[in-house]
Parts: sequence; C-alpha cells; structure tokens
Amino acid sequence: MLRLFKKGKELYKYRVLIQNLVSRELKARYRGTILGFLWSFFNPLLLMIVYTIVFGFIIPSRFPGFGENRLVYALFLFCGVLPWTWFASSSLESANVLMVQGNLIKKILFPVEILPIVVVTSNFVHFVFGLPILFLFALIMLKKFTIYILFLPVVILVQFVFALGFSLIVSSLTVHFRDVKDILGNMLTLWFFSSPIIYPVTFATIQRNKWLRLLLDINPMTHIMQGYQNCVFFGEMIRWRRLGVTFLVSLVLLVVGYAIFDRLRDSFPEEV
Amino acid sequence: MVVIDVDNVTRIYQKYSSRHRFKTFKSSFVKGDFFKALKPDELVTALDNVNFKVREGTTFGVIGENGSGKSTLLKIITGIAKPTSGRVSVQGKVSALIELGAGFHPEISGRENIYINGIMLGLTKKEIAHKFDDIVRFAQLEDFIDAPVKTYSSGMYMRLGFSIAINVNPDVLLIDEVLAVGDAAFVPKCLDRIDDFRRRNKTILFVSHDLSTVEKICDQVLWLKEGKMRMIAEPKRAIDAYLQDIAEMQEEEFEFRQKAIEEEVAKEEEVEDRREGRWGKKEIEITKVRVKSIEGKEKHVFSPDEGMQIEIDVKAKSRIKDFVFGIGIFNSQGISCYGTNTESEDFEPLSIEGTGRVICRIAKLNLINGTYYLDVATHKKDGYPYDYHRKMYAFMISSLHKDVGVFRPAHSWSFSPDIKIKPPPTKKA
Repeated sequence: MLRLFKKGKELYKYRVLIQNLVSRELKARYRGTILGFLWSFFNPLLLMIVYTIVFGFIIPSRFPGFGENRLVYALFLFCGVLPWTWFASSSLESANVLMVQGNLIKKILFPVEILPIVVVTSNFVHFVFGLPILFLFALIMLKKFTIYILFLPVVILVQFVFALGFSLIVSSLTVHFRDVKDILGNMLTLWFFSSPIIYPVTFATIQRNKWLRLLLDINPMTHIMQGYQNCVFFGEMIRWRRLGVTFLVSLVLLVVGYAIFDRLRDSFPEEV
Repeated sequence: MVVIDVDNVTRIYQKYSSRHRFKTFKSSFVKGDFFKALKPDELVTALDNVNFKVREGTTFGVIGENGSGKSTLLKIITGIAKPTSGRVSVQGKVSALIELGAGFHPEISGRENIYINGIMLGLTKKEIAHKFDDIVRFAQLEDFIDAPVKTYSSGMYMRLGFSIAINVNPDVLLIDEVLAVGDAAFVPKCLDRIDDFRRRNKTILFVSHDLSTVEKICDQVLWLKEGKMRMIAEPKRAIDAYLQDIAEMQEEEFEFRQKAIEEEVAKEEEVEDRREGRWGKKEIEITKVRVKSIEGKEKHVFSPDEGMQIEIDVKAKSRIKDFVFGIGIFNSQGISCYGTNTESEDFEPLSIEGTGRVICRIAKLNLINGTYYLDVATHKKDGYPYDYHRKMYAFMISSLHKDVGVFRPAHSWSFSPDIKIKPPPTKKA
C-alpha cells in the first residue's frame, strides 16, 4: 500500500508528460479535419439532434414524471449517454493502449500507467466539451437551471476515479489475455443497458422487481448516472450516501487496479 | 568513480512452446490446462552472470553476434527490463539511443514531438525550449519542423530522434547500433558528438557491430557470446578474439561444405558424365584438394597477410608424360583474381605414375575481404583436360580492412610535412 502511494507520488512528477500526451491525443485526433476542434462540440450536438428527432417525433417516449414535454426524453437520454461514452471509450481504448504503444514501453523507461491515465483524461476532455451542449439543451427544453448543477463536479470526480481504476485493470490484463478486448466490448453493451441511462431508476418495471433493483443498486454506474441526472435533468440534490459509497468503491477499485497493474508491470516490455 | 555497475546479472526469458502458449482464454479453459499452460516449459538464458563495472569518463564497448544478449543488457541497464537475478546500478542521468524516435506520434508535428519525446527522456519544458534550436539544427530539419512526423523520411525521423536523445545531455549515454541507418553526412556528425561527450568526461556504453568504430572509440570492450561474458579487455584484444571466434565458426561451416563436396567427388567416380564443376576423363585424377595454412594446418578463413598452401592429391592411371598442374582463384563475383600453372611457369613435365601430391604455396595472399573459389586442374599442355575442378573449393578472407578492389598489394602512406593529416589511431596493444 505504501509502495503504491510512493509510486503515485512519483507519478506526480510526470504530470507535464501526462498533460502533453493528453494534448497530443486531442490534437492528433482531429488532425487533418477541416473543423478540427469544433468536432468535439459537433459530435455531441449532432447526437443530441438525432435523439430529439427519433425520440421526440418518430417514437415519442414518455416516462412517468417527465411531464408533458415529449422532447424531454432525448435530453434525459443524452444526460446519461454523454458520461457513459466517456467511460466506455476510455475502457475500450485502455484495453488497447499498451499494445498500441508497445514500442514505447519497450524502448523508453517511464511509468507505463501514464498511458491509461492519458486515455481516461483525454476522453474526459471530450466529455467536458460535450457539457455545453448538454447545458444548452437543458436550458432550451427545461427552461430552467437549478443550483444543483453545481454538484456536477462531485459526480464527475467519482466517475473519474472509477474509470481510472477500471482502465488500469483492463489495460494490464489485456496484455496477457487479448480476449479481454472482445469480452469488454460485449460487456459494455450489457452494462449500458443495465445502468439507468435509457430508462430512469424510477421506471415501474424495475421498482416492482426486487432483483432488478438489487442489480441496479450494486452497479456503481447506476449511482454515477443518477448523479448526472439529478444535477442536470431533475434538478435535485444528489444522493450523498449512495454517491459516497460509490466513491469508496471506486477508490478501492483504483487501488486494486493499480496493484494489479503494478504487479504485471515488469512483464509488459516482453508481452506487448 | 564507477558509473555503471553490473553485478552478477542473469536474465532468463521464458520461451513458451507453441503447444503450450495460450493466447486466449478460450483455449486455456476449453482444454482445462489454464495453469499448466501458464508454466513455461523452456527457459532461454539471455544473460548469464554478467559482471562488469564502467568507470566515469570511459567508453565501454559491447560486441557479440546477434542474439548474444547485447540488447537485453542495454535494456537492463536502462531499467526497461529487470534482471532475473543480480543487480544493476547506474549513477546519473541516463539517455539511451536504443531506438531513435520511439514514441513519435506520426500525426503531430516535429516540434510537438520534440517536446513530448524530450519530456519522456527526462527534460523539463524549459530545458527543451532552451535547446530546441540546437536540436532542430543538428537534425537539419529547420524546414520541416512544423510538418507532421508521418511525412518525414526514415532518415529525417532518425536524425530527429538522435538529436533529441543526444541533447538530453546525460551523464551516461547508451548507444545501440543506431548509427547504422545514418547517411554519409550524418554519421560523422554523430561520431563527432560522441567524441565531444568523451572529452567532457561522460560515460558511454557503445553496442555495435561496426568493429572498427568500436576499436576507435572504446577504452574497454566486453565480448558477449550466448549471454556469457567471454572477455573484457582493451579493444584490440577483445575484437581480435571475437574475430578469431567468428573465423572458427566460419571454418566449421566451410568444413561442412567441404565434406559435402568431397562426398560428391567420391560419387563422381561412378557417374561418368561430364557435369558442371568437374570434367575430364581423369587420366590424371585429382583425388583430394586441401587448403592449408603455411604451417600445414587445414583452414579456410585467412587474413590478407597470411599465406596459404593448396595441397592437391593426384593419381595417374598409367604412365603419362604430358601433364600440367594449375590453380585459379576467383572472387565471389566470378572475377579471376589469379591463375597460374606449372607450364606457364616453365616446369617441364617428365613423367607421372600412380599417386602423388602437388603443393602450391602462396607466401602472402594479399586479397581483400570476401569469399574466394578455387579452380584446380590437371591437363595436357595443349589444354586437353584430364581432371578439371571448377570452383569446387572455397576459402575466405576476413579482416578489419575496408579496402576495395580485387587484391591488396602491400602498401604504405607518407606525406610531406605541409599536409596536415592524422594517422590512424594505433591502440596500445
């Protein structure tokens, strides 16, 4: 534990590198496109427009408690999909990152955990670029902002810790078991539907079945997603207790993930 | 002060046989040998008890064949790989020229790559900004520095990598065979930089196959063979021992080839048709040809300064009065380097019957590096062949000389005093 802490501290020295690698990732992603950085805004914007058209006009969906505005479901959906995309793409990219950067690991001495950290961070930046779109539509559709939006950073922090822990595990395991990548792809789809993203937790079918409720309760993503929905969509206070427990779970995941990563570290230069 | 201390380092790699190596969960679960599969059934010892110290300000060379563990050693010294047992300690900032430009991102510009690569190698942003112009100038990339690295040629890529690594200004510089890709203008520049390093009393570990460079710049040389230390000595001695070893291995290979030829020669007796490589009715048969040193020891790898004996065993079926013995030396391009026979040197054949032996002595070969083939023949004065062996025997010249051409006449250089020229460094033997 102490060893991990020490290594974590050492990592702090590399913050400039992390910062540079993240900005490199972001620059490289849109290099060669005409709109460049604007894509970070356009992508979520277009997604939101598609949702609005599909779920507002083609298959109007109404959940109890959403009021009479039939466009509002698209916003609810977007509110969950945006942070989920951050989580899903950082997990998937992490699964590959050690192999993709294999050359680097073999030739240069640096703390390899930087690579998954960079993946999670650069996807985080993308997520942040999507937030203005979320706020904009919230303003248009709900016509109100509540003070609770200020708690958003708390939710984001919890998700960051969770995503980082998960990415560390995924990235180090994939080196030894290449299957993790494919398993992960399918698992994320399942996970997506077992988290309250396309439906609210208050959905009647769920509330009636105690097994479904339990399943949702033990899923950390449930509480994270709920956090976003509370802050932006419902304009309610976040559930401190649930989110607090989730934060602790995320911290444990981070420590365990880092321990696994650290344990396998020496094998990376040979196996990637 | 000892800067690099390699203490009893052993590195064992696990080699998974293809049967046991599992790449997927599936195979390991389906066969139920998950844990069995995890156990490697073969180990490869890449480094075996390697032990040396490098003192501050010296240049230490490492030589050896491919797969002798040189790169593993460098990786362990940089800390990228861990020794299985033993200990390595390095004092001061290390910069490794192992693979240049590792970590360049192709999509972003050279400028941004310099920053990221520099930070990875341990520089601060400020230091890089300070050295930026030097790096670019040294790499000769002033006009391309803002273009994405994917548009660079491999030479530009390498120059940029080298330039960054050398500008890290390390206390210890590790160089692994990176100069091999540079062009004629860049390599001397790199060597200059390395010399500059040496003058500033920095420590260099130099791994290379370019033995003449090793001999020129190193103070001490380690020769690795199959992961074991064969010798640590001053350069000339270690390189000579290494070359000697290579020559012995080539010798073995030649012997193997020779044996195959001899078998063929033996078979020839039964098949009486003319074929490429050997012809003639064998009125005087060449039964055996040996290449030997002047001392009479059979060998096939010679230095240009050595002499050679060609020993030819012959057998005449009847008493013959008209005969000539000849030899010819051809290089690998088929160019005749030398040819002579007893007739052109005015020997007068009288008679031959039964078995006999002809020896041609060459006092000094004076040939350049390469493989050579021998023609050996017995024939009549008018050219009618008794037994002609065309390029059936081979030998090799191996030396550090880099001269070109067909042969190496004995020579020396001298200059008038107004010509400023540095003689080749003669290392104290």
